[in-house]
Amino acid sequence: MSEVSLNPPILLQARHPALAFSARLWREKRLGAIGGIIFVLFLICGIFADFLAPYGMNETNLLVRLQGPSWTHWLGTDHLGRDVFSRVLYGAQLSMVVGFLAAGLATVISILIGVISGYFGGKVDMLIQRFVDAWMTFPDLVLLIVVVSIVGPGVPQIVIILGCLYGIAGSRIVRGSVVTVKESMYTHAAESIGASTLRILSLHILPNVMPVVIVLFTTRVGATILAEAGLSFLGLGVPPPAPTWGSMLSGTGRTYMYLGPWLALAPGLCLTIVVYAINVYGDALRDLLDPRMRGAR
Amino acid sequence: MSLLEIKDLSVSFGTETGRLQVLNAISLSVAAGETLAVVGESGSGKSVTALSILQLLGEAGQIDAGEIRFAGDDLAQRSDEAMQMIRGNQISMIFQEPMSSLNPVIQVGKQVAEPLVLHRGLSWADALAEAENLLKKVAIPDPAGRLKEYPHQLSGGMRQRIMIAMALACRPQLIIADEPTTALDVTVQAQILALLKDLTKEAGAALILITHDLGVVARYADRVAVMYAGRIMESGTAAEVYANSQHPYTRGLMASIPALDGDVTRHLSTIEGQPPDLSSPPPGCPFAPRCTHADSQCTQAPPSLEWVSDHHAKACFKS
Repeated sequence: MSEVSLNPPILLQARHPALAFSARLWREKRLGAIGGIIFVLFLICGIFADFLAPYGMNETNLLVRLQGPSWTHWLGTDHLGRDVFSRVLYGAQLSMVVGFLAAGLATVISILIGVISGYFGGKVDMLIQRFVDAWMTFPDLVLLIVVVSIVGPGVPQIVIILGCLYGIAGSRIVRGSVVTVKESMYTHAAESIGASTLRILSLHILPNVMPVVIVLFTTRVGATILAEAGLSFLGLGVPPPAPTWGSMLSGTGRTYMYLGPWLALAPGLCLTIVVYAINVYGDALRDLLDPRMRGAR
Repeated sequence: MSLLEIKDLSVSFGTETGRLQVLNAISLSVAAGETLAVVGESGSGKSVTALSILQLLGEAGQIDAGEIRFAGDDLAQRSDEAMQMIRGNQISMIFQEPMSSLNPVIQVGKQVAEPLVLHRGLSWADALAEAENLLKKVAIPDPAGRLKEYPHQLSGGMRQRIMIAMALACRPQLIIADEPTTALDVTVQAQILALLKDLTKEAGAALILITHDLGVVARYADRVAVMYAGRIMESGTAAEVYANSQHPYTRGLMASIPALDGDVTRHLSTIEGQPPDLSSPPPGCPFAPRCTHADSQCTQAPPSLEWVSDHHAKACFKS
């Protein structure tokens, strides 16, 4: 019996590591894998929106306004006769761009602040953490509205604002994790073989906080997509007529909800599904990437 | 000449309630190729001695006085960068807990290879090849396969072998093993200690073995230093200290080892009382409150370490 469990089937051994990993993800974390597939589907839709969309994003046809879902317009049309399905696809593109860039920026900021604060400790930690405290007392929305009203709406602004906002708040989580790892025996062991501070940070501490960082990143992608939708809903997001999910919800969705419920349902459901999918995917990734959890069910 | 010579080393730690004098003017020496056992109970300053040699006392710890001469240089005066060149290269350390002293997310081969990359300037590929030889040396079966495993896939004894391989990687002149077998079961303990002793002998390195197990001392050490409350109570060759122990504390420790062929109905002898609180140490000999021989002289000033013969010293007024 040990023979069987020690040697994986030959088929699995020879495969590319990425393939083997995907197979494991599917085997051990079915829900997470499905989340990942859904997320990748949306990603592909976003990337190839230009090819996939049957109509242009702002192509109006007043003859077919406010029509329900049909074979010609899968998700119906809005009050200007624009194809909702096409607009949702383009919306995916914008959401993914904003989500990935802002979450990426947020993660980098979190790691930088968290690692410096957690590893060096003492006065540095004290100063940084008080700054983070102060930052976190501002309500996010107020900060967003203030900055957008100063610099005006647009994708780069939103990415930078959301990145800073979530990055600074998320640094707490990274810091906590770094403090734990720093006190561990293997960090002392690394010091005892003469590793420099930079080496200890990059080679010994960072890999051990990666599980936390991965989850942080994936939840941040979801959160920034939601935040961007919220901003667009308030009219502070990517300016119209660019079709973001948030502005579709607030504009046509809200106004014509009773005449055409699909106008609100389509972008709303997309938002819900994408955010849920990426969250379960992130959880599954964390569980599998951490060697300590390997073999644990 | 000794490879390592510690002279009147005093170390204190800053805590919220004040400074704790953890080491009090201790002196030790180790010659090349020799095994010195440092014995004492928890909190006697054994591990702090080891960490002071490597200058890894952390922010709270501070060397107040004394010197640590390694191959002629005073390590206490060295910069942090200079110490990084020595750690893992000329002096390496094996920690107490093999379960937690390996990084859980790095393959063990890479961890064994790291000192070689750091100090010998080898490429990762060469260092890994060398790591495979090292694993073979510490008697790990299937070394090539084990290189790619993660620490949690290995048993405690295996992990301690890995730590030994890591410590030996750069052929250091001095290896410090801080209770290397405390976390392991008895049969594995003997294997690990024998391995450690053989390999250090083979490499011509000196070994400082920190332990609280006098059985280990008798079997593996050339010389012994007995520590209590941050002071050295007695030191000498292992044979001398065993056959002719001078200090009441050493004798108390010896008496509290159960004999395998002894009378099982007899109560095990113990040393009454507790080690002193380091934040308010007694003015005299730290062992005086627990010592059956103590009198008024013992409670006034601590005795200094004095030679009783060429290879044997004690810090006691009474014996």
